[in-house]
Amino acid sequence: MKIIALIKQVSDTAISLKINADATDIEYQNIPWVINPYDEYAVEEALRIKEKHGGSVTVISIGPDRIVDILRSSLAMDADEGVHVKDSVFDGSDAYSTGLILSKAVSISGYDIILCGRQAVDDGWGQVGSALAEILNIPSVSSILKLEISEDKKTAVAAREIDEGLEIVEVPLPALFTIQQGINKPRYASLPGIMKAKKKKIKVFDAGALGISPHEVGRNASRIHIKKLSYPPERKKGKVLRGDSKAMAKELANLLKNEAKVI
Amino acid sequence: MNVWIIAEHKADIITDGTLEAIGTGRLISNKLNAKLFIVVLGYELFVLSKNLSNAGADNVYLLETPLLSQYTSDAYIGSLFPLIKQHQPSVILIPSTCNGRDLAPKLAAKLKTAYASDASKIDIDREIFFTRPAYGGRLLSTVTCRGEKPWIITLRPRAFGKFAGASKIAKIEKHAIDISSSSIRTMIKGFERTQKGVGLTEADIIISGGRGMKKAENFKMLEELAKILGGVVGASGAAVDAGWMPHSAQVGQTGKVVSPKLYIACGISGAPQHLAGMSTSKCIVAINKDPDAPIFKVADYGIAGDLFEVLPILIEELKR
Ligand SMILES: Cc1cc2nc3c(=O)[nH]c(=O)nc-3n(C[C@H](O)[C@H](O)[C@H](O)COP(=O)(O)OP(=O)(O)OC[C@H]3O[C@@H](n4cnc5c(N)ncnc54)[C@H](O)[C@@H]3O)c2cc1C
Ligand SMILES: Nc1ncnc2c1ncn2[C@@H]1O[C@H](COP(=O)(O)O)[C@@H](O)[C@H]1O
Repeated sequence: MKIIALIKQVSDTAISLKINADATDIEYQNIPWVINPYDEYAVEEALRIKEKHGGSVTVISIGPDRIVDILRSSLAMDADEGVHVKDSVFDGSDAYSTGLILSKAVSISGYDIILCGRQAVDDGWGQVGSALAEILNIPSVSSILKLEISEDKKTAVAAREIDEGLEIVEVPLPALFTIQQGINKPRYASLPGIMKAKKKKIKVFDAGALGISPHEVGRNASRIHIKKLSYPPERKKGKVLRGDSKAMAKELANLLKNEAKVI
Repeated sequence: MNVWIIAEHKADIITDGTLEAIGTGRLISNKLNAKLFIVVLGYELFVLSKNLSNAGADNVYLLETPLLSQYTSDAYIGSLFPLIKQHQPSVILIPSTCNGRDLAPKLAAKLKTAYASDASKIDIDREIFFTRPAYGGRLLSTVTCRGEKPWIITLRPRAFGKFAGASKIAKIEKHAIDISSSSIRTMIKGFERTQKGVGLTEADIIISGGRGMKKAENFKMLEELAKILGGVVGASGAAVDAGWMPHSAQVGQTGKVVSPKLYIACGISGAPQHLAGMSTSKCIVAINKDPDAPIFKVADYGIAGDLFEVLPILIEELKR
């Protein structure tokens, strides 16, 4: 089985962010970078499929030099090969163009199963996986919480999140799945894993190597134009009750009924 | 130039998210001097179509075949794609539900047109500005779409007003569908319905518990409170990680994003990833024994106290 996990590097999800001077992006100084959390689950799921059914795991990421960190950490978790797609002409690509770039990269690697996150937690659109599957003309199942590959490796059964619970769907392979949190608990890299990762190969591809012409990708081709970033409106300061539990509970019931009028 | 809504419906009833999309679609179509169309896909839509005639649209398109009796993206896109190519709407609005967030990006990719997900505000000037949460709700991003149409937009639940209904009667048109079962690559084998967390995104009242609840049994208290108030029980990431509640009940950046009239957080500290999922609630109540817990920064009413003492009394008070 050729298993691919697509990974993106994003700013840490807990830090407070600063908006840049022209309000079109965040300030990038001193940002702690992490792997997009959903993508880490995708890497873990890819490794579990490999361990059960055999094959290899390739992790692919588009981005500048700093993203080598997440490729290496995935290799340390036990992925076999890393692919770093980098070219300044890719900067500012929308989700469709990102899918287009990835379609070339995965086609070079070969694939039976492609796993990616359901959404990038930066300004992600929750679209790259769908766009990639559409371009490759393979089926895709989004926001999955379980995945089983059949013995003959021709089909997969996934549990997809729906509003009422889970929907169980079967798809023929090759197929793409976007991963929801809760599917697994990612492993920590072991020390030998980290040592071994240093020797594993990371291939680098640019636009030319992928056969992409610059006008198809990047900021100028983007179908989405970011006009402005802003901070969400601050909530006004509330009342905090202290003291006797009984009095507080009664007061709260009263406030909800008579002041906020929400019950 | 027309605006389309892809309707969601359950048991012959249009969902609240669809009514919000219709309200928003009406505003956009009025500004653009365009018509508003509701597109309904499914099977045996007779009752539903009667209910739709005064839902606020100029036209209703019915796409009916047994192959659409359950949602699959292949059947939906196979049915919609030729119709879109024929009629060329300029904007398509879709509620941002699990199915909407599956359909919209795939449809946009198939059409190679712009997709803006999870809009929570729309302004029309000379252009249409879509504002959406970014960076897990820590920032808002305002974007415009470019290039070929239709632009596909998903709308965050409860962020827009519902359409109240109209005197105007829509024209209902049936459209023939030309899809075959072999074009549907996914096969639905079944469902695992969960009781917990269902309806969170649409709920008016949510009672959530966190690590401070200490164990799964204690969530019974929250269920009792939810029953009295007509609400739904949610959970923090820590409570889900501990196995006390299923993932479907998680509120936050990697869970559900909710915006109820009343959100009561019990034993939840207020981590940024939790706040990302609930800070647009109308009224927030926090019960936490740590008076410095960050949840109090967003709470309209806070109780700095022990939830195991406060909740039983609150339940008794509200029962009366
Ligand atoms: C990538 C990523 C994504 C995440 N996504 C989410 C998400 O979607 N949703 C989410 O919620 N979290 C998410 N988290 C986890 C988040 O960072 C926090 O760890 C989590 O929200 C903490 O849950 P908590 O508030 O229940 O627990 P804690 O932070 O441990 O807080 C427990 C609180 O209970 C209070 N308490 C204890 N006992 C009592 C008592 N008897 N009476 C009253 N109060 C009491 C304590 O004072 C404390 O404030 C995510 C984390 C990461 C890294
Ligand atoms: N630059 C990238 N490199 C590799 N994978 C990506 C990249 N951007 C997005 N993805 C994948 O697509 C998923 C969804 O991203 P998005 O559509 O931007 O929300 C992510 O979770 C990743 O798995």
